[in-house]
Amino acid sequence: MQNSKNEKLIVLVEKMPAFPKSVQQVVQLTSDINASAKDIVRVIECDPVMTVKILKAINSSFYGLPQKITSVQRAVVHIGLNTIKNIALGVAAMGMLNPNNKANFNTSNFLLHSLTTAAISKLLAERIGLSSVECSDCFVAGLLHDFGKVVFAEFMPDQFKLALEKSKEHQLPLHQTELEFIGLNHSQAGKILAEKWELSGALIDAIAHHHELGRSQNVLRDCVFAANQISKHLQFGDGGNPMIEAFPQPIATRFGSTLPAICDALGDLQSIKTEAQSFINA
Amino acid sequence: MRIKFWGVRGSIPTPGPNTVKYGGNTTCIEIRTDDNDLIILDAGTGIHTLAQNLLKEMPIQAHIFITHTHWDHIQGLPFFIPIFIPGNQIKIYGGIDPVTNETINRALSVQLQYSFFPIREAQLNARIEYVTVKPGIPVKVGSATITPIVLSHPVLNFGYRIDCDGQSVFFTGDYEPQLNIYDPEDDEYAEFQSFVDAKWDEVVLAMKDVDALIVDSSYTNEEYAAKQGWGHGTYDSGIKLASAAKAKKLFFTHHEPTRSDASLDAIYQNLLENNPGTRCELLLAQEGVDISL
Repeated sequence: MQNSKNEKLIVLVEKMPAFPKSVQQVVQLTSDINASAKDIVRVIECDPVMTVKILKAINSSFYGLPQKITSVQRAVVHIGLNTIKNIALGVAAMGMLNPNNKANFNTSNFLLHSLTTAAISKLLAERIGLSSVECSDCFVAGLLHDFGKVVFAEFMPDQFKLALEKSKEHQLPLHQTELEFIGLNHSQAGKILAEKWELSGALIDAIAHHHELGRSQNVLRDCVFAANQISKHLQFGDGGNPMIEAFPQPIATRFGSTLPAICDALGDLQSIKTEAQSFINA
Repeated sequence: MRIKFWGVRGSIPTPGPNTVKYGGNTTCIEIRTDDNDLIILDAGTGIHTLAQNLLKEMPIQAHIFITHTHWDHIQGLPFFIPIFIPGNQIKIYGGIDPVTNETINRALSVQLQYSFFPIREAQLNARIEYVTVKPGIPVKVGSATITPIVLSHPVLNFGYRIDCDGQSVFFTGDYEPQLNIYDPEDDEYAEFQSFVDAKWDEVVLAMKDVDALIVDSSYTNEEYAAKQGWGHGTYDSGIKLASAAKAKKLFFTHHEPTRSDASLDAIYQNLLENNPGTRCELLLAQEGVDISL
């Protein structure tokens, strides 16, 4: 039963539209023959739906890549800007995510949470000395970690609404109430989709285990976990989960710090919020 | 292995007195293995003249590898006469377009529509098969092994390496080596450059030590300045590829449509003068000339 539900979800998500501002900008930039490549890439990189659709296209088994492509930039180098632009345009043609979904889930606040988590995740990666490619991967993982939620809002709004309400009312983790009303939580939904789309193993793991860390070593997931809490602590946007989790020991060890201490150490992150907001407001 | 160019022109056919020497047909290359297996790279308008030559060999088995589906590489398909003659077996190979998810059969079926062509796909009498090829996964044709690699162009484009009878050929299709889209002062510049460098290494490896490298060299450096991002290479980018891959012969093709025989000759003289130390033999692709490797 659950499997056929999952299959249905996968089919529905194929038609899922992207966020309004990026749809507008992709249409605008792809109509301008002189638009700069980096402007187009920047718009795609800041939209979880467009990013995921490009990674899905490029990582499909058709291309049989020895190594998974984990960023939009790498996809551009591999297959050329025009193809990436046209995939984005195809997504734009599906319309825009409805900001007034039946779940009452605020997609602008969600995107702000995703984008700031992405940027903070990258910042943390830089702080612990990861390579520039790993830092970019951390951005992508942060951007996509809650992808399952927007899928719920779009395709299972009634149940997701109940999960959101109970989570808020009883101060329970959203992934717990989702399980109760939907039968799977956003990490699990994200994992199913990410596996189906053949994304990289580390990215799938980061999406799947950004709440329950598990035992495997995955620095991508650790950066996303920490960034997620920091973004919530600083109240940058809202992913619908009122609960902020303290750093468990492996995370505290990884970053040499507790959650409050790292928030102090990172200093003023308002610029991250401001930049993210510029990609959201139409 | 033998090679013969039947179309060397880019974008649009250019018949007329100014293109008599090098030819005015769009891309089509015939490759014959030592056992005479027939491999055709691209089906531009040049494939029509090739087809005329094949009529005396009927029935034929032809293996047509399409680099990409821009018109100048598929336009000759409906005019490849063997598709109308019973007993012929024609296999058309190509990739899946990541934007449309369409396979290579679309390259022919889209042309064989009432408004564009008088004959329908169902009326073709030869046995026609479509084969989806994947990058990095070799396919066999007789004694030849053909391996595709994705090369950057405004549409999905495969370069094909053909290894056969101890010899090898690589054809880029249309290819513009990726440039860094960022400015040196941008944060993303260095990382993007590392992707560009990694892809370059992958491309060079795919054409390593080939006996003949056939490259898209549409532009001179001066022309390229105004045509970045159009998806085509230059004479110099071809030489850079050939040198890195240690190719033995380098054929420049996809001649720019306004290029006359005289201007191609002049460009060629310049190339020879400006590249005296190049180890590989530099050649302009020319229609109708038999090349034995």
